[in-house]
Amino acid sequence: MIAHLRQSAHRFLALFRPSTFDRELDAEIATHLEFAIEENLQRGLPPAEARRQALVQFGGPQQSRERHRETRSFSFLDEILQDLRYTLRILRKDHSFTVIALIILALAIGANTAVFSVVNTLLLRPLPFPDSHQLVWIAPPPSGCGLSCATYSADAYEEFRDQSFAYQGVTGYGAFSTPENLRLTGRGEPQPATGIEVIGNFFQVLGVQPGKGRLFTPDEARGGPQHVALLADPYWRRQFNADPDIVGKSIELDGTLVTVVGVLPPSFDFGAVFSPGAKVDLLTPLDLNQQRDWGNIVTLMGRLKPGVTTAQALQDAERVAPNMYFNTRYPESKGRYKGRLVPVTLKDYVTGKLSRSLIALWASVGVILLIAGVNLANLLLARTAARGKEFALRGALGANRGRIIRQLLLESLVLSGAGAVLGLALAFALITWLKTQGSLALPLLSTLRIDAQALVWTAFIALVTAMIFGLLPGLRMASGNLQDSLKDSGPGAGLGRKQERLRGALVISEVALACMLLVSAGLLLRSFMKVLDVDLGFEPDRAASIKIDYDDSAPTEEASQTKRGVILQQILERVTALPGVEAAGMADYLPLGPNRNWDTPVPQGKTFAPGELPDPLVYVVTPGFIHAMGTRLRGRDFSWSDGPRSERVVLINESAARVYWPGEDGVGKILMRGGTDPVRVIGVVEDVHEEHVEGGAGSQIYYPVMQQGPNGAQMVVRTHLPPSSLAPGVLRALRELNPKQPAAEFRPIRTIVDRAVSPRRFFMLLVATFATLGLLLAALGIYGVISYAVTRQTQEFGVRMALGATPALVQRIVLARTLKLAATGIAVGAAGSIVVSQVIVSLLFHTTPSDPATFVAVMILLISVALVAGYFPALRATRIQPAIALRCD
Amino acid sequence: MPDSKLDLLQGTLDLMVLQTLAAIGSLHGYGIARRIEQVSGDTVLLNQGTIYASLVRLQQKGWISAEWGTSNNNRKAKFYSITRSGRKQLSQDAVYWQRLTSVMGRVLALRIGGDHK
Repeated sequence: MIAHLRQSAHRFLALFRPSTFDRELDAEIATHLEFAIEENLQRGLPPAEARRQALVQFGGPQQSRERHRETRSFSFLDEILQDLRYTLRILRKDHSFTVIALIILALAIGANTAVFSVVNTLLLRPLPFPDSHQLVWIAPPPSGCGLSCATYSADAYEEFRDQSFAYQGVTGYGAFSTPENLRLTGRGEPQPATGIEVIGNFFQVLGVQPGKGRLFTPDEARGGPQHVALLADPYWRRQFNADPDIVGKSIELDGTLVTVVGVLPPSFDFGAVFSPGAKVDLLTPLDLNQQRDWGNIVTLMGRLKPGVTTAQALQDAERVAPNMYFNTRYPESKGRYKGRLVPVTLKDYVTGKLSRSLIALWASVGVILLIAGVNLANLLLARTAARGKEFALRGALGANRGRIIRQLLLESLVLSGAGAVLGLALAFALITWLKTQGSLALPLLSTLRIDAQALVWTAFIALVTAMIFGLLPGLRMASGNLQDSLKDSGPGAGLGRKQERLRGALVISEVALACMLLVSAGLLLRSFMKVLDVDLGFEPDRAASIKIDYDDSAPTEEASQTKRGVILQQILERVTALPGVEAAGMADYLPLGPNRNWDTPVPQGKTFAPGELPDPLVYVVTPGFIHAMGTRLRGRDFSWSDGPRSERVVLINESAARVYWPGEDGVGKILMRGGTDPVRVIGVVEDVHEEHVEGGAGSQIYYPVMQQGPNGAQMVVRTHLPPSSLAPGVLRALRELNPKQPAAEFRPIRTIVDRAVSPRRFFMLLVATFATLGLLLAALGIYGVISYAVTRQTQEFGVRMALGATPALVQRIVLARTLKLAATGIAVGAAGSIVVSQVIVSLLFHTTPSDPATFVAVMILLISVALVAGYFPALRATRIQPAIALRCD
Repeated sequence: MPDSKLDLLQGTLDLMVLQTLAAIGSLHGYGIARRIEQVSGDTVLLNQGTIYASLVRLQQKGWISAEWGTSNNNRKAKFYSITRSGRKQLSQDAVYWQRLTSVMGRVLALRIGGDHK
């Protein structure tokens, strides 16, 4: 047994150094023969006879060598290795083919691996939490009133948590945080930081263990006297140089000492899961008691008990909902959440919206692979045709068909293997680049990586591709009659014509596939343009925003409002005076970010059925903000004289005005807040896209900062200069007025919009890239086939030209053939595109799937590219010299 | 070439090589081949070349070892000698062969008797 194992090992090792063994054996045989000859000479034989007899006794050195090889090694593997060496030699010799094939393969496989990694991360792989299938997100069905309608009050959270049976734990986080809502102070210049408040058991429910230190204690979670925080790993590294002793240290946030109790693990990225494209630096416990009367403030999520389904959780929630209070102090608020507690898996919440786009992306990259495979099959067919004689010769010398097919398959495998390695490198570069695209609002991007699954996938597609493009030429070759090939003296013979038909079919399928990709990409591009054309209700270009810090603390609400007005007016006057600034204003929330609503104002003197009136989104703004945003306004803007003691005034948007006073002008009318508190509508502004670029806008209401407390302040500066050039001046002006102003980011408003449309742009760009790649490959295919046909018909063209055909006629013949191929491909592709466009209809925006412009443009594009691809061979055909063409064999 | 015949020959040849090396000690390929021919009284028709496949197989199994050396007529040659596990194998195989030949003898005798029935 041991001897057997030992022998196998030796035989295996022997595979890799055949030359050593052969050399030694040759030396042994030589010695052997010398011994034999010597003995024969001693027996008195003449030298020639002595040598002959020695050879006879030995029985043929070559057989001996062969048997030695068979014995010492595995002959099958040995043959494969021989074939492999031969393959490498062939590929090296034919290096231009090899390079083209490798480029095609690397692009196709690289794109596939990269897209697979994205799909795997976003769609296939579970969320980066233990037993993540148990995690559910609980939210109402979509409504028009923004984040406030998608969240829950502190009381509601507690009642849901206590009365539900379905969960091991229920948690949530404060939904209304804005980027850079905190300042890290006490360490020189104040640094902006982004914090999120989480309910105390947040990490326990998610199953996140701290990387350092500990999580919040129940006491801290209840809002104990000690202020505590957990740091996100990147923030700890960036801001605190990965201080190993950070746990237990105090840091100063907005002037308050906060103890760092722990650092979260690198694998936990709040933004990646819950707020794509945003980065969160610190997590602090949410004090439910303090925020009990603030209305809907938290999101809800939970960890289901083992075996509980989301359907059961929904039943459970429907049982609990009627008993839930918005605020337990107001009995009439009982039951407000009826029908508004719908658990979906957290995974679905995070990536569900993207699944269609991702699957479309996956399909399109798969089509690229198909086109690449067909293209290579085509190239290889041309090559096998040229190598027909080589194979015929090998066949004549005793190689069987299996061995020849094996040889061809091996070449394909070697090519696709090398292509896969290059493709992996490409995918790795792509993924690394993609990971750092912070402005791309796709979830889980930071967890993107090429993992074992992606490697297996890569190997799988490399194998499949090799099969597609290797087997076809192999089978064709093997089915061909060897003797015909041997006799076949030129490329004009029968096999060539049959082969050409096959290659024509391949090219037609390539063109058809490319056509479908192009139509899809075209439709997505049109949609994207339409999205960019959406009138957002504000002017995103030539404006930028910066977070402003100010101190409006005062003993009374009114004093605070007055103080705030004075400070902000001062800041805005100062900034507006800067050269290049056209307008400036502030709001607590900007469009396409977080938002909130408070109450349901009622138009004075009118009655509405319950549920008929909207809960408008609320914005607390300064005079000039509407102008700085470039939002159109009817009536008047707020002025600095709309102070705490003057008449309460508001601006509403057109959607709200339409609901409140249909068919009338809202300007000058009165709204009642809480039944008793009249506010006058001094202007109506156009609808601003507050939540989505692509969706419609709901009702909006604007209050002046001097009459209503804002939640922070974002200053918007409109300029005719590049916004970034203003940043130093603006920051200097702010610092002069408030030395504590942190070095906040000066963010062009355009980037807010860009971020909002980034997923669409991302998918559109990728599909467009694949479509371009497909087009190039199809063009290459057309070129290859037409070029081959011209070579094959050299003699024919020579004859025709000798008989008087003009070069123009020859050129027309070639181009006509090109057009026929392209047109057939386009016809098939257009039919396919009609089907495909119906499948992707949900991804389109204001674009019909049969958009004639797109279809026509794609057809024109394909025809032009085909003509260019056919032009070069056609040109070659016209340069055929009849005399030479007729002479050649 | 029919495999079964080759197998039998291989096994036989391997055993002969082992026995030769056990009896004589270190020897080169030609020497082993000649020795087997001489011992058999030149009745074994041996293609001397086949000895090398046998040698490499025995070597890979660890039953013999090889070393380059110089012969007594000053030629560089590879000298083979039997290893300890080779000796063990030899004694096992020898017993096996003896049993096999005696069984074969009895069986063949039996067949002749059966024919007369």
